[in-house]
Amino acid sequence: MDAEPFASGRSWVHRVDARLRIIAALVYSVILAVSNEFATLMPGLIISVLLTLMARLDAIAVSKRLLTILGFIALIWVMLPLTYNGDSYIQLGPLAISAEGVGLSARISLKTMAISMSFMALIATMSTATLGHALSRLGVSQRLVILLLMTYRYLFVLENEYHRLRRAARVRGFKPGTDLHTYRTYAYLVGMLFIRAAQRAERVYQAMRCRGFKGRFFTIADFPASPNNFMFSLLMAIFAAGLILMEFNW
Amino acid sequence: MTRTQDRTPIIRLTDITFGYPAAGPILHELNFSFYRNERIGLVAPNGSGKTTLFHLIMGLVKPVSGSVELFGTRMESEKIFARVRHRIGLLFQDADDQLFSPTVLEDVAFGPLNLGKSKKAAIDKSKETLAVLGLSGFEDRITIKLSGGEKRLVALATILAMDPEMLLLDEPTSGLDDATKHRLKSILRDLNLPYLLISHEFDFLKSTTDHIYTMNDGKILMDQELIIHSHEHAHVAGRQPHKHV
Repeated sequence: MDAEPFASGRSWVHRVDARLRIIAALVYSVILAVSNEFATLMPGLIISVLLTLMARLDAIAVSKRLLTILGFIALIWVMLPLTYNGDSYIQLGPLAISAEGVGLSARISLKTMAISMSFMALIATMSTATLGHALSRLGVSQRLVILLLMTYRYLFVLENEYHRLRRAARVRGFKPGTDLHTYRTYAYLVGMLFIRAAQRAERVYQAMRCRGFKGRFFTIADFPASPNNFMFSLLMAIFAAGLILMEFNW
Repeated sequence: MTRTQDRTPIIRLTDITFGYPAAGPILHELNFSFYRNERIGLVAPNGSGKTTLFHLIMGLVKPVSGSVELFGTRMESEKIFARVRHRIGLLFQDADDQLFSPTVLEDVAFGPLNLGKSKKAAIDKSKETLAVLGLSGFEDRITIKLSGGEKRLVALATILAMDPEMLLLDEPTSGLDDATKHRLKSILRDLNLPYLLISHEFDFLKSTTDHIYTMNDGKILMDQELIIHSHEHAHVAGRQPHKHV
């Protein structure tokens, strides 16, 4: 199972210093998040699409991820137009649809898609390991970085343990249904998973102590200079400046 | 090194008793000494406390009573253990417990870095260790994507990178295919390090250890060495495949 399908690409975006990409993604998404004008958000969406193209991401894989996000956005489209209090309404049979609600839903949709696509192009194109190291170089707390890396490392180990437990239940004829027996079985399963996770953590910590761990982590990661770094910074700066100008109608 | 130092055991366990409340002792007044240049195999049923024994030696668990002496020093506290722990390399039963870094190189370099080596020295040492185990080119591999056999060998590399003076190997062959077992066998033979090896596989023990002992009633039975042997014998119809009961 490959949980990082975008990280293995070979585009020039992949070769840009991970720290720069993190900063760029952060700045870019803050700009989009606080913008209100469609004149900013529409170009933002286009820039994000451009970024995924430059990172040469598989269009189908990107669309699949977007669809998942659109599922949540669909809820907003149901809720906001009907409940938002504004001045103008569109009467649609017995329903009063708030024009402001529709505008707000559209903005949220645009922002969400643009920001998530930029993260696919800039952040998902690095491995979790690289992300962790880059964050630690950017001064993010060691504890948070370790938490990220360890979570990722043992996610799959725990997933395997979960599947093992489920298989064990299945071979003994367990079929999930809507009854107390099912709920109890799942409760046991989750409980067992917690116990296994705790035991695993204990053993990992023991193994670390055996190798001289005294509470301090050292990192050996390097971020070599590359001409792409300058190109990328320049490009993202132009995009950011352009978006800000659009927002203030200059 | 003088002769007297040579005769100091690396490990000396005296009257070790260990157990969990309500479950009775797992180890009971166990006495055991391990000397330099020994390669000892340990065979015992599951639940007889072999893994516990290794954890006691490393100071990961504390005995209820008795004393642990490593390199001639009595281990009285975690602080003293922390100082000598790296001189003994413990290979865990499950390599997933041992490999936690994202990449192989980082995992192998973890120990040397903890010992205060510079970044460059740690990387050099790690690459050298990987090369010795025939794992050159594995440096940037992602640890979770390694196969079971590769994980075991990398786990061994993480220990060897710390230059231990002896190894504790907890069922190193479990879950390995024959090819990797064979590779591990020749690695252990070439290492020139003393070790204490837990295994159920007589074939493996026979070619990697000099003495094989068993555990019973929470003790290591030093006076009942197992001798692996084979015989030749003759009888009628001996050419046909058959079983002896």
